[in-house]
Amino acid sequence: MISVRELSKIYGTVQAVDRVSFEVAKGQIVGFLGPNGAGKSTTLRMLTCYLAPTSGTATINGFNIFHQSEQVRANLGYLPESVPLYLEMRVEEYLSFRGNLRKMERSVLKKRIDYVIERCWLTNVRRRPIGHLSKGYRQRVGLADSLLHNPAVLILDEPTVGLDPTQIRETRKLIKDLGGDHTLLLSTHILPEVEAVCDRAIIIAGGRIVAQGTPDELRASRRLTSRVLIECRGPAKEVEMALARVSGVARVEIINGHGDSTCLAALRAKEGCDVREEAARTVIQKGWPLREVRLEHATLEEFFVQVTAGQAMGKTE
Amino acid sequence: MTRAPTIAKRELTSYFYSPIAYVALALFLLASGVAFWDDFQPGAPAEMRHMFQWMVLLLVFIVPVLSMGLMSQEWATGTIESLLTAPVNESDVIVGKFFGAFCFFAVLLAPTLLYAVLLSIYGHTDKGAIASGYLGILLVGALFNAVGLFCSSLTRSQVVAAVASAAVLFIGTIVPWWAAGQATLGSFWRAVVDQCVLRRYEDFSKGVVDSGNVVFFVATTVVILFLTTKVLEMRRWA
Repeated sequence: MISVRELSKIYGTVQAVDRVSFEVAKGQIVGFLGPNGAGKSTTLRMLTCYLAPTSGTATINGFNIFHQSEQVRANLGYLPESVPLYLEMRVEEYLSFRGNLRKMERSVLKKRIDYVIERCWLTNVRRRPIGHLSKGYRQRVGLADSLLHNPAVLILDEPTVGLDPTQIRETRKLIKDLGGDHTLLLSTHILPEVEAVCDRAIIIAGGRIVAQGTPDELRASRRLTSRVLIECRGPAKEVEMALARVSGVARVEIINGHGDSTCLAALRAKEGCDVREEAARTVIQKGWPLREVRLEHATLEEFFVQVTAGQAMGKTE
Repeated sequence: MTRAPTIAKRELTSYFYSPIAYVALALFLLASGVAFWDDFQPGAPAEMRHMFQWMVLLLVFIVPVLSMGLMSQEWATGTIESLLTAPVNESDVIVGKFFGAFCFFAVLLAPTLLYAVLLSIYGHTDKGAIASGYLGILLVGALFNAVGLFCSSLTRSQVVAAVASAAVLFIGTIVPWWAAGQATLGSFWRAVVDQCVLRRYEDFSKGVVDSGNVVFFVATTVVILFLTTKVLEMRRWA
């Protein structure tokens, strides 16, 4: 559905995007992940034909972004990062303006406006001027606009930025519902978002793709070991030494310890070892009251920090 | 350019939400009303030549204020991004914006028709001269709006856009008008000054519709709009 080949963009002397290639299959939700300034928005702007690439090409829905820009845009819904809207217009009026720009037939447009207004929870503000709406509502107006013409491909640039937690949850649910019928590419720098809604993630840093795959694949690719957290009441130093002697433990780290009161230790196990039971037994034998034993799975966040930090270091060398 | 009317309509509507547009409208009507005082005297010829000439000078300052936000606001708020990622051409945007602004200019001008009615009640008016005067002022307005739109497309700041277009219009209109009155002007500069807006407009206000003048205004307007389209296309290659 979306096929990107060697796409690059140079602003003056700054290489914002460097030979980026990826594919998004029909019905997939793909997260485009990266720290601020990684080239996410620039890539999305090239895909939506707002900027012309310096080199490389891409097709959306089979149309070339350079030679068939109008067809690309006709089949595309786009929510820009800043959610730009005409503040003096009313919600309904704005959507009708956007529909007319897209040459939608009057009767179809009327139905679609009703549909997107309901779908994006805008019913009670449909006659309000956009300038009077809160950030969350404006975001939904932008989303409603991108859905208006029922596009095959949706490109959303940071769709949940600036929303409150409830709205974030609602928006993510909406995005998840849209997958399947629509192909979605959404950029974000929030990791849980990718884990929550995306089938696949593409991680970009310094203008280059540093990793891509399903969240599980990404975790597996870096052999991120899980860790065991143990909290007990005992002297931190001694707890550390005792736990280090447990068989299968590779490394012990005291996260939080105050003299003789409670201390929290993180254990890294050697590969294939489950050290929970042995570690708990050791603590109890020593007579330290055990408060908690917990296995913590590796998060995508760690992965993200690893790959993007590597990238940043690679740049300075 | 099939999407231009949609954009023009939105642009025209948005003027009516803008307090600055109302202020400019009021100032324009006040000042042109004062200028009409000279035309509306017992014994004076029943024509509006004074008012028309003053109007052009007024428009040098009024049009930049009206057109300053046309594109710069789109840049500043980022709405240009959603506009151009819809299946819309750059020329749709520019032509649409231009006609939106031009229609508001016509709205601004409409109340002055009352003066023509007043004149015809109290005297024998030369209807042809008044019609050609209005034709001329519409052509001048089109050119001025195109200049304003062009300056507005160059910057995100409305103030910069207004100052820049007022400066361009001042140099193209008021400076040559002042220079024409200087006896010491050389023949080359005299020829240059004769090409300026007010000189070309004078014929219209006298009731003479010279096709050369019409072509001058239409052609310069079209060229400036074309350049503005190119400015808008340039951002893709930033």
